[in-house]
Amino acid sequence: MSEAAMTQSDIDVAIQLIGMHKWYGEFHVLKDINLTVERGEKIVVCGPSGSGKSTMIRCINRLEEHQQGQIIVDGIELTNDVKKIDEIRREVGMVFQHFNLFPHLTVLENCTLAPIWVRKTPKAEAEEIAMKFLERVKIPEQALKYPGQLSGGQQQRVAIARSLCMNPRIMLFDEPTSALDPEMISEVLDTMISLAEEGMTMICVTHEMGFAKTVADRVIFMDEGEIIEQAPPTEFFENPQSERTQLFLSQILHNG
Amino acid sequence: MAIVKTERHEDLPPPVSQTGVIGWMRENLFSSPLNALLTVVSLYVIWWAVSGIVSYAFINANFVGETREDCTGTGACWVFIKARFGQIMYGFYPVEERWRVDVGYVLAAIGLFFVLSDVVKDKKWSAIYMFVFVPVACYFLFYGGSFGLEVVETSQWGGLFLTLVLASVSIFVSLPLGIVLALGRRSSMPIVRMLCVGFIEFVRGVPLITVLFMASVMLPLFLPEGVNFDKLIRALVGMSLFSAAYMAEVVRGGLQAIPKGQMEAAKSLGLGYWQAMGLIILPQALKISIPSIVNTFIGLFKDTTLVLIIGLLDLLSIVKAGTTDKEWVGMATEGYVFVAAVFWVFCFGMSRYSIWLENKLHTGHKR
Repeated sequence: MSEAAMTQSDIDVAIQLIGMHKWYGEFHVLKDINLTVERGEKIVVCGPSGSGKSTMIRCINRLEEHQQGQIIVDGIELTNDVKKIDEIRREVGMVFQHFNLFPHLTVLENCTLAPIWVRKTPKAEAEEIAMKFLERVKIPEQALKYPGQLSGGQQQRVAIARSLCMNPRIMLFDEPTSALDPEMISEVLDTMISLAEEGMTMICVTHEMGFAKTVADRVIFMDEGEIIEQAPPTEFFENPQSERTQLFLSQILHNG
Repeated sequence: MAIVKTERHEDLPPPVSQTGVIGWMRENLFSSPLNALLTVVSLYVIWWAVSGIVSYAFINANFVGETREDCTGTGACWVFIKARFGQIMYGFYPVEERWRVDVGYVLAAIGLFFVLSDVVKDKKWSAIYMFVFVPVACYFLFYGGSFGLEVVETSQWGGLFLTLVLASVSIFVSLPLGIVLALGRRSSMPIVRMLCVGFIEFVRGVPLITVLFMASVMLPLFLPEGVNFDKLIRALVGMSLFSAAYMAEVVRGGLQAIPKGQMEAAKSLGLGYWQAMGLIILPQALKISIPSIVNTFIGLFKDTTLVLIIGLLDLLSIVKAGTTDKEWVGMATEGYVFVAAVFWVFCFGMSRYSIWLENKLHTGHKR
């Protein structure tokens, strides 16, 4: 297995999970996860709640610890080595369901904090970069406001800009639209689509099947801690193989 | 049939009875017969209390004179406070050296102004001045022994001066120490956590008086012959450690109120533990703890009076000593009222400052 890891951690492989297991105490949350994500690939992960999809992507930047198997991000294997963890976190951006903006800092400060303190970028330069990304998510005029003064959709776009300011090579999205009011979902999805079009490597946990159809190279279905099925979106939606996938799709597509 | 509204309703001012003085009074004071009755009764009680205090403290009080014989009025005799004012302020600090204390006050007041107000935006130099220069300068000023200043032993320190020294040192030491203890208590390292929990639970479980007593009476028994710390330093250490334990619990409460997502977001951006704590978690945790932190400070400030038990003459003890002077029999009321007033001014100041700070730091939904 290590030999395989060596050859595959080429430049065109962004993330590789090999036989990964995770337990919460006695509870086996992730069972033998094997996944290879190529550079530039967009992956949508879906599945019923509690299926371990969030936990899986949180393992990729070590917000959760895995107990068995290997996780290789950008050719670096995740171990307990704090230096490697920090190195990976700098390269991997993450967008959360509840935005997790820093409420005591302005939008601009939210965006410049990590570049200034982690990348040691000079303040003026960091602000310039931040404004560039705030313009990209179409809210430069909110730069001096506090997160509490913005709508949910705007906050999530700030969160995306904040991640992008660190110039990550991989972006993880953990249900980025689940906490939003319906009329704000599309503004966030549009931002994500434009990001995808630029060739960012993305893993998105989401229930937005429309997004999956337009953007994803591959859709992954998880249930009870296992990857049940993975396929290109057309195949996944039109011709799901597993019974559990069929059941899941029939449930969400009826509601959607 | 469908109903469609095509025009927008214009915004109207609220009814007159809802606004203005009359609207306010009707709403808040006389909204029902019972409320009207309560208002009248309350007004009477306030008038009764205030007029009593004014006539005791001002109208029927004595301000002029030198001795007990000048206390002729039926109210307070402030002559007592006036006669002993120097001692109440500085204890037995030599009269000709008291300017040193005043200079220290001025240095600290300048520092406090720049640190606490928002006149200067970048607080770096204010903080260095306040937390490095002022303490060092005050040590040399108050204690002396160099720069041609005469040594003034701490046993001569007293009165309000001693109270302020005790309070400010324990406040400045206990906050950072409390933060460290709170972080330690939430640490994932078992030994650090156990030490912090042990310290906090032990110190919180014993009265301050016993801590002071142990520091002053028992500690010397354990120290080898000849090694001895100044009594004031022992009291300072005791008070600082004691209030740090309380502060730790206050800060821990604040830390627990910060959602887990904040730490996760900080980590996912690549910030290390100390950066995440210092830049993200602590600023928010301390902000929501301001009322409790100031509450602890106020409690601590008043607890300084307990140093009486180990024979330090703080503001309260020196006034109390003054009331037992046979030249000034029967002045206990004036003494205690004065002490209460001084404590109240300081504590009320802290309380107002905390409210101002809370408003200033509020970044929520204010538009």
